Amino acid sequence: MSQAHAIDPAEPAIPTVYNGKLAMWLFLCSEVMFFAGLLGAYIALRSGDSARFHDGYKALHDHVGLAAFNTILLISSSLTMAMAVLRGQQKQTGQQRMFLLLTAAMGTLFLVLKGVEYSHHFHHNEYPNTDVFFAFYYTLTGLHGFHILCGVIPIMGLWGFAKNKDVSHETEMVGLYWHFVDLVWIFLFPLLYLIPA
Amino acid sequence: MSDAATPVPSPAAPSAEHQEHHEHPPVPYLAIAATLFVMTGLTIAASYAELGERWNIVLAMAIAAFKASLVMLFFMHLKFEKKTMVVIAMIPYVLAAILLFALFPDVVFGQYHS
Repeated sequence: MSQAHAIDPAEPAIPTVYNGKLAMWLFLCSEVMFFAGLLGAYIALRSGDSARFHDGYKALHDHVGLAAFNTILLISSSLTMAMAVLRGQQKQTGQQRMFLLLTAAMGTLFLVLKGVEYSHHFHHNEYPNTDVFFAFYYTLTGLHGFHILCGVIPIMGLWGFAKNKDVSHETEMVGLYWHFVDLVWIFLFPLLYLIPA
Repeated sequence: MSDAATPVPSPAAPSAEHQEHHEHPPVPYLAIAATLFVMTGLTIAASYAELGERWNIVLAMAIAAFKASLVMLFFMHLKFEKKTMVVIAMIPYVLAAILLFALFPDVVFGQYHS
């Protein structure tokens, strides 16, 4: 409970925001720009010449049910992640770990279903080089899927570490990342599956 | 000396003590998730409305933006963060909007149409 302290490198840059959380937000800022470039190119090209997107839209609209289920999965996993963060802050380790496991399971199921959808596309000879729509489709969903994978791994790590350690801050940081991945899908889903060409 | 079992903030981070007590009001996570589910249904329904491509995009993006703001405000706790934190988090969205609209005059309304 020392009151007076000198310059301290561990002092947060923003009071009440620990540096790890600030760093995660800064990383997410760069991630927003990463996806904004791709999504911006997609929206601009599509608005400029929608006829070239007609076949792709027709092909993707057949999978709207599967994609909608995946959307529900990701929103649910965001909910369980938020619960994991809350239980971590409340030092309820058992529930924190259970919610982490649920989140990772739903993230994995999302990837499996995405793989099923990819295999359907391959079956119909819809490859990344088929047309400009599928080039965007595979780039956007592939990179998003990679982000999901990059979320599931640390979530499983936290599930392991939480057993013996207080990882509430780490859970919050990974949680922010996970919500961001959900956020990207919230834009990808309507842009790829729902807008008629 | 204090008990090793309790997570005592290290002397190197004197403000950690303060952070542990930094609480935000309870967030209705279930209600937020339920709203997100409903909005997902709504955006699917809206895609069947024949508004013309441009207005379908605008409507879908408006719903997506609303969903995204719910996620950011409540799941990511931006509603309860310091103003500085919110400003930092919002900057890329401003940049992304500039990036997108900078392309529009050329690609959408420009000579590529002819």
